[in-house]
Amino acid sequence: MCKPTFAPLIKTLILVRKSWWKILSFLLLVYTIVGGFLMAVPTLPILNETIRNLYFHVCMWFAMMIIFGVSFVYSIKYLRGFNIRNDIFAHQFAAVGSFLGILGYATGTIWANYTWISDQGQSLTTILKEPKLIGTGIALLIYGAYFVLRGSMTDIDKKARISAVYNIFAFAMLFPCIWIIPRLVGSLHPGGEGGANGNPALNFKDVDSRLRMVFYPAVIGWTLLGVWIATLKIRIQLLKDKSLLHE
Amino acid sequence: MMKHIAALLKKDILLELRQQHTFYGILLYVASTVFVLFLASPDKPAADTWNSLFWVIQLFVCVNTVAKSFLQESRGRMLYFYTLSSPVSFIIAKLLYNIVLMLLMSVVTLLLFYAFLENPVSDSLRFLGIVLLGGTSISLVFTLMSAIAAKAQQNAALIAILGFPIILPQLLMMMKLSKAAFGEVFRDGAVLQLVGLIGLLDLMVIAMAVILFPYLWKD
Repeated sequence: MCKPTFAPLIKTLILVRKSWWKILSFLLLVYTIVGGFLMAVPTLPILNETIRNLYFHVCMWFAMMIIFGVSFVYSIKYLRGFNIRNDIFAHQFAAVGSFLGILGYATGTIWANYTWISDQGQSLTTILKEPKLIGTGIALLIYGAYFVLRGSMTDIDKKARISAVYNIFAFAMLFPCIWIIPRLVGSLHPGGEGGANGNPALNFKDVDSRLRMVFYPAVIGWTLLGVWIATLKIRIQLLKDKSLLHE
Repeated sequence: MMKHIAALLKKDILLELRQQHTFYGILLYVASTVFVLFLASPDKPAADTWNSLFWVIQLFVCVNTVAKSFLQESRGRMLYFYTLSSPVSFIIAKLLYNIVLMLLMSVVTLLLFYAFLENPVSDSLRFLGIVLLGGTSISLVFTLMSAIAAKAQQNAALIAILGFPIILPQLLMMMKLSKAAFGEVFRDGAVLQLVGLIGLLDLMVIAMAVILFPYLWKD
């Protein structure tokens, strides 16, 4: 008699155990959006309320780098065992990372429109020569080249191996660049003046504690959402390539 | 291993000497590019413009110089090398050979630039040093890119697509460093710091090439 009443509960428990991170991502993003729009933020000149874009724009950049990192790890794993599954993982994570990069540009454009352009009257050239825009631009070009490289080959094993080599090399070169370029070119981003203003690449101390309350959960939430999207894409690809995977 | 590298290097140089048309082809490419620039640009380009033009031309010269290093090797010949030597000595020989070739081309480009487009450089010796350093960096990256493109059975266009985003930061650093030779004053130690950074990146590229090339080589 008791069994049927417990069955749904057990089912739910299994669901929670299997996909707790998806639930976490959902909750964190609900918190990000609600808290991001309603909680108190420091009032700063020029930025004003646009500072809330921090929870969306900067997180895209963080999530992009983390997901490119995951793609990089899967490429290494591929070269260690030549398991085609790892190649599919690397490919799909790179795709999601690029998508986040584009979203980062999109949210940044909105932000720039209300701060740099309308309030500061910066020219388009100054904005386009931003080190962070250059960094993301390089990353997107690199992964664009990665997809072109993949598309240029038909042999699956060869495609996997060569693109893994390029992915590893490109990612290893990308990271130093992201640290170096902000020190070469002047920036409009916070801390961009360099020298006395601290680390031009990234400085956690620049962020007000009220912002951090939402910012950190937001980074985790968006990254998990990116991983979620990637797993869906991976599952589709695995089904498509089922005949090749000998499973 | 040293013997293998030396033998492979000698082979490449001998090939170059025997098939001189490719070498002269690149020389002609450099000359005609600079000539086009001379005709297209204003009479006296500003130092900044001159500098940017120079590095962009370096980039294109490098793509064309380095491109053939792997593209010229036929499948059969690669198989032959595969039985003879290890991938590490093969890639090191290629890197060395391309550095030598690129350094030569850099000097030629520089001389042509001096000849055709005014000379805004105030410290020629220093600029020569920077150009040689830059030539080395660019040729290292493009050697590996050429290996990848050759494996994908693609042409020089793919090398440019793969290599340009990767070389961009180094190119920016080189352009910045060049300003030291245009009489711009840097803060103490900044020049050395930049040179050190470029050198470190070069070392990293070499390490990555040595680690990754064996995977490209197996078929």
